[in-house]
Amino acid sequence: MARAAPFKSIPSQLFPLAGILLLFAVNIAFDLAGGRVGLTRPGAFLHIGIADGVPSGAIIDILNYGSGIAILAIGMTLVTASRGVDLSLGSIMAICGAVAVELLNHGTPAWACIAAALAAGLLCGLWNGILISMLDLQPFVATLVLLVCGRGVAQMITLGQTTAFHDPLLEFVGLGRLAWLPLPLPFILALTILSATLFIVRCTRAGLTLESFGDSPVAARFAGVQPRIVQLAIYGFSGMCAAVSGLIAAANIKAADPFNCGRNSELGAIFAAVVGGTALTGGRFSLSGAFIGAFLLQTLTTTMYARDVSADVAPLPQAMVILAVCIAASPKLRQRIRDWRSGTRP
Amino acid sequence: MKIFRNLALTLALICASGCEDKKPQSPAPSTSTTPAPASSTPSTSKYMVGFSQVGAESGWRTANTKSIKDEAAKRGIELKFSDAQGDQENQIRAIRAFIQQKVDFIAFSPKTQDGWQQVLEEAKKAKIPVILTDREVKVTGDDLYVTFIGSDFVEEGKRAAEWLAKATGGKATIAELQGTPGAAPAIDRKKGFELGIAAFPGMKIVKSQSGNFERSKGKEVFEAFLRSPEGPSIDCLYAHNDDMALGAIQAIEAAGKKPGKDIKIVSIDGVRDAFQAMADGKLNCSVECNPLLGPQLFDVIEKLRKGEHVEKHLKVQDSVYEQSQVTPEVLKSRQY
Repeated sequence: MARAAPFKSIPSQLFPLAGILLLFAVNIAFDLAGGRVGLTRPGAFLHIGIADGVPSGAIIDILNYGSGIAILAIGMTLVTASRGVDLSLGSIMAICGAVAVELLNHGTPAWACIAAALAAGLLCGLWNGILISMLDLQPFVATLVLLVCGRGVAQMITLGQTTAFHDPLLEFVGLGRLAWLPLPLPFILALTILSATLFIVRCTRAGLTLESFGDSPVAARFAGVQPRIVQLAIYGFSGMCAAVSGLIAAANIKAADPFNCGRNSELGAIFAAVVGGTALTGGRFSLSGAFIGAFLLQTLTTTMYARDVSADVAPLPQAMVILAVCIAASPKLRQRIRDWRSGTRP
Repeated sequence: MKIFRNLALTLALICASGCEDKKPQSPAPSTSTTPAPASSTPSTSKYMVGFSQVGAESGWRTANTKSIKDEAAKRGIELKFSDAQGDQENQIRAIRAFIQQKVDFIAFSPKTQDGWQQVLEEAKKAKIPVILTDREVKVTGDDLYVTFIGSDFVEEGKRAAEWLAKATGGKATIAELQGTPGAAPAIDRKKGFELGIAAFPGMKIVKSQSGNFERSKGKEVFEAFLRSPEGPSIDCLYAHNDDMALGAIQAIEAAGKKPGKDIKIVSIDGVRDAFQAMADGKLNCSVECNPLLGPQLFDVIEKLRKGEHVEKHLKVQDSVYEQSQVTPEVLKSRQY
């Protein structure tokens, strides 16, 4: 792997984590300086209270709302590792949410709706995979097609309306709390998907196959890797990740919103993957880095709300934090600093 | 170094292919209708109307589109419909195409207020009357469009404020959920509401943030409001559209409070789900913003054909609905 850093590198996950800690520090500083709420009194960023029997607070919000992007980021990381990109994730979310809610409102039992949504996600992903692996379309173009038309499909499914629903099981996906672990269920789902994916990628040969394919498809083919199967599996998986995310999004507002569900979330997922240490050029990837990267994004959003930053100004501080994390994570920069310290000029 | 060169290359490629790929999607106005301009023999009974819709970004907009298409079909009018998919460039292109096809009337819902001067002058030169629906444009020269049919967003905000003042006796600690930053309805509904409460020193907006007109964002932002130091004091919510109010209702419930009682809620649009929420006692008031402009649009066109005078701003028939007015019949009759 030629592009591995030529010195003992800092684990890439640390950079988004440092970003999150930095934002926490900023929030705490503001709370303390404001003097009204102190460190943990109600209204403070770190405050965790009990509302309706479950813990609630800004930190819980971050875990809750960051999970959707985190799940997308897991799929996006694997796709990116295979030298691809999946721009259709947000649209697949909208389709899957619409499928589940429409079926439910036509009398289908909730478990079957969830299964149908997952199947729809898998199908969408496989469609991408077929275009890319069998017809050799550029991943960017192939998934862009679904990005554009997928939202139209979702609107057709719900007949151009935001459709509400009432069902305890489907609502549980987004709003539920387990009795013995009162964290938001979306976060637990995200953690579960992360662990399962990590296990498959690190403890079976799937990970090596993926890495070798992303590093050099030709060499991998000579080594016996079936590129088509790798790509089909990866896009199918990323489609299913989008399905889970779409179900969470629908459950969260108890409605399928074909217009806004998942809009631009693929960009969030790409950001999370990159900031977590995945190379857009394929090969090198970090699932846990992408996972933490997603929560960095949400921490940013929640911070903007907590600090009353108006929405037309908010993109600026957000971009600055993102840029700072990306610069800090740059191996080139660290190499420069290292060279400068040891006195060797490149 | 290599990583970055590759990254830059990938990004450049992404941008390049993004631009390339957009072209075939941009809707030519002729795709959804008959491509041949059949206007060479304009008969007295049949005429052609070109309508450029801004997009299909919400349930409100879909209802608006459906109303216009249905009304044209009902009256047997040839309608050339073009969906700009939220892109002003597409709208300008569509209007130019309408001019080339020599339609008899052009109507459109402008994406933004600015940038219409030139294309509207072209329409004027071709002697095609232009009618604006739903949103206004900023142009120099009053004769560039005949009339504007649409709601007055400032007025909607004012009405929301008036209702809230009446319901609370002029004492309220208000949280505001704004629409998308920069959008005309968001700007004007905010302005109107502020004008409306100016007469009541007891009414104060303590929190105001954009929820992007989205249900999920409305929920997320209102949760943050409730957590803030001012959170416990909030007893009223003003949302720039129903969707955000519906999201906020869920946030209020999750916090263990009663929406509609502990926190009074007024929003704008009057969509069906909002009526349901009022029937359930969770939403207090919705100021209607009627999307069913089809009949009014074609009434105006008929008037213009007869050479009658038409007002410069035709206000849409909007009403203010509160809980007591929402009967099962009203609920059933909501089309959008």
